[in-house]
Amino acid sequence: MSKARTWKELPKGAVSYRSSRDYKTGDWGVDAPRIDQAKCVKCNLCHMLCPEGCIAVREDGSPEPDLDYCKGCGICAKECPVKAIEMVRK
Amino acid sequence: MSERLTMKEAARIPDALAPGHRMCAGCAHPIVARMIMKAAAGRPTVVTNATGCLEVATTIFPFTSWDVPWLHVAFENVAANASGIEAAWKAQRRKGKGPLAKYERLNVIAYAGDGGTYDIGFQALSGALERGHDFTYVLMDNEAYMNTGIQRSGGTPIGASTTTSPAGKVIPGKTEWKKPIMEIVVAHEIPYAATINPAWPQDVLDKCRKAFDTVGPKFLHAVIPCTRGWRYETSDTVSIARLATQTCIFPLYEVERVKGRPVWRLSGPSASIAKRPESKKPVSEYLEPQGRFRHLFRPKRNEELLKFIQEGVDLRWQMLQERCA
Amino acid sequence: MAKQELLGLNGNEASAYATKQVNPDVVAAYPITPQTIIVERFSEYVADGLVDTEFVAVESEHSAMSCSVGASAAGARAFTATAANGLALMWEILYIASSLRLPIVMAVANRALSGPINIHNDHSDAMGARDSGWIQIFCENAQEVYDASITAWRIAEHPRVQLPVMVCMDGFTISHTMENVMTLPDDAVKKFVGEREFIRVEGHMGEAELRLDPEAPLTMGPLDLQDFYFEHKIHQVDAMDDALEAIKDVDEEWAKVSGRGYGYAEPYLMGDAEVAVIGMGSAMGTVRHVVDELRQEGVNAGMVKLRLFRPFPAAELKKAVGRVPMLGVMEKCISFGAPASPLMEEIMTAYYHDKEKPMMANYVVGLGGRDVSPAMIREIYGSLLKNRKAGKVSKPMSYIGVRGD
Ligand SMILES: Cc1ncc(C[n+]2csc(CCOP(=O)(O)OP(=O)(O)O)c2C)c(N)n1
Ligand code: SF4
Ligand code: SF4
Ligand code: SF4
Ligand SMILES: [Mg+2]
Repeated sequence: MSKARTWKELPKGAVSYRSSRDYKTGDWGVDAPRIDQAKCVKCNLCHMLCPEGCIAVREDGSPEPDLDYCKGCGICAKECPVKAIEMVRK
Repeated sequence: MSERLTMKEAARIPDALAPGHRMCAGCAHPIVARMIMKAAAGRPTVVTNATGCLEVATTIFPFTSWDVPWLHVAFENVAANASGIEAAWKAQRRKGKGPLAKYERLNVIAYAGDGGTYDIGFQALSGALERGHDFTYVLMDNEAYMNTGIQRSGGTPIGASTTTSPAGKVIPGKTEWKKPIMEIVVAHEIPYAATINPAWPQDVLDKCRKAFDTVGPKFLHAVIPCTRGWRYETSDTVSIARLATQTCIFPLYEVERVKGRPVWRLSGPSASIAKRPESKKPVSEYLEPQGRFRHLFRPKRNEELLKFIQEGVDLRWQMLQERCA
Repeated sequence: MAKQELLGLNGNEASAYATKQVNPDVVAAYPITPQTIIVERFSEYVADGLVDTEFVAVESEHSAMSCSVGASAAGARAFTATAANGLALMWEILYIASSLRLPIVMAVANRALSGPINIHNDHSDAMGARDSGWIQIFCENAQEVYDASITAWRIAEHPRVQLPVMVCMDGFTISHTMENVMTLPDDAVKKFVGEREFIRVEGHMGEAELRLDPEAPLTMGPLDLQDFYFEHKIHQVDAMDDALEAIKDVDEEWAKVSGRGYGYAEPYLMGDAEVAVIGMGSAMGTVRHVVDELRQEGVNAGMVKLRLFRPFPAAELKKAVGRVPMLGVMEKCISFGAPASPLMEEIMTAYYHDKEKPMMANYVVGLGGRDVSPAMIREIYGSLLKNRKAGKVSKPMSYIGVRGD
């Protein structure tokens, strides 16, 4: 982290100046999803149900978790209709 | 906007709620908010958020997770803030100047928790509905004041143990039913109200689209399982939400005004249960996995209270079906 | 200078009329005596199509301020009006409006705070909001209300200020008293207030004007913890400091257009004054009258009318007070349990580090609308003269006009 800003360097009105994308939450959980792409039917449910929005959908419709943000909640694994996701130790 | 947004299409819409927020692992808030924001994405959108978990955990300075204009003012006034935003938009349109002037339609979305809706924000909500502002109010109902540490609200269900309605030796958690917020809101004769559940994403998208396409005040009531306050495994958020609808403690329906009358209609999963009543699950299946209801089952099943709750749920479900008939 | 029209208006009407000429984007207000006429009059302007303002008839003052905040954040010029209990109900949101740097303008028809409930004038309502980060202007008459209701926008929106402004007028004595008010033509007012100015800030998605705009999104009102909250408060301190200068500039510009200029603190016959009273609001008109009488009786009396309370114009106040040896601070507010009432505390603090300063005594008058009569003001001058003679303040705090000792 760079040195904290002085009041003169902060935007007025206390508006936020950084996206939370700069704040990685990937170390919150102990487990992370491992997706069996062969089993996956590209239903996009895991993308829709991930609280972190950290399962991207690739061009071909297949899911891709971003472990920088994954908190390891396990919702994706539990909800995958074909059980293509397994939670594994990071 | 109006065409249907499929889940496949929605999945390709970039999230307006960015990752890196600090909601608990497994929290339903961001799941629902992401769906709503995807449905809103076809139109310019402004969000205003009451104090509570969603607001706090998405905007810890200097960070923010919101890629749309977003305003937080206080706990009890989000409907009034939304009224002001909508009024500013209308005024800019009338005068033909300002950045909002060019928008024929603008999604003004107000998010509030159950505390910010059933209790302290009730007056501002009622006023805004009565005045007919063109905005969408989303009640993110996790059934207690979670941000301040799980205190009971008017939206906390009967039997739930919270830090201000603790299950003790004499009193078994909260002794009152949830305030019937949908009926109260519908009584304001607003054009659209619906309940939504993250376990049915397509239904959420459909209802949000309908809300955003409707002019006037709209109300969406979302069930928001909370891993911390409801006390269950983080992976169970969606399955618990699903059980809420399958047991009819949180039925899915919408209320539209047609020719001045409210028309109540059950949505997908609840309509199926109405058709096949035997598929309705007992409410204990929903209650038992949640720590906030543990005292109803252990050390000994509180059959009397469970029966009372089941009967209350049945009665309310029956009344809803009658309205939807 | 623009050609002016003389209208018979009370303070409330002067506020509503000026606001009509400004034609703000959003007015959200709730009725309360003695401010009600502002809301009613403005509703008529809306109903008659004389303004293209979006009028929001909110269900409470809390929502009036909250709606104004939403509207102002969305880029609107937002106006509201209230008094007493209404202002108290807004209290939470007053602080938020200023911290968000929203240039809302609010008329306050000053009224005693409950309880017991009372509808008449004193300054307890506005004084309760003195730390809320709002600029506070106190008017002496309907003319001042008219002028301040126009200049307030320019002050609030000044790029170095960007703070909300309260235009205070005494309930009934100003709000309901018909006076001759010189008014400018609509276009002159329109030209003077111009368009709202926005400052540019650095947001998380790039630089943007400080407003809610889908094309340049900002997050306004985030959770601000130990690591940044303090710095953001210094922004407000800085803006208040800058406001002192900005107000002077705006007032000077207004003087050029209207011929009416105001200082923050206006001295009257202070040059050779032995005793003087300083205070705010309509009672200062009576004080001026008593000063004239005392002068005829050979007493070297003077007075200072303070027009601006926040930011507190310490330097200008001292200049106006000059070298008077005995100063009475007259005010319509009690701070229960405090060593003095608010204005007295401000003035004493302003003088604390100075070697040369007047002796001072505090006189509370007129609570709950009790008439501040010439006799009472004479009593104050009498007390000041006695102190002056004795070379000491015998009674630092007096409640004037209260039955019993
Ligand atoms: C006027 C006021 N009273 C109390 C609070 C403290 N407070 C902040 S959030 C909150 C509870 C929020 O509950 P809810 O609306 O259900 O949202 P949740 O956090 O559960 O999502 C409370 C009591 C406050 N911020 N403002
Ligand atoms: S939920 Fe399962 S099947 Fe559906 S996209 Fe994700 S991994 Fe594939
Ligand atoms: S475990 Fe939870 S946070 Fe991680 S990718 Fe799956 S749903 Fe998202
Ligand atoms: S306390 Fe509950 S509602 Fe709040 S962030 Fe955590 S899980 Fe979500
Ligand atoms: Mg809650």
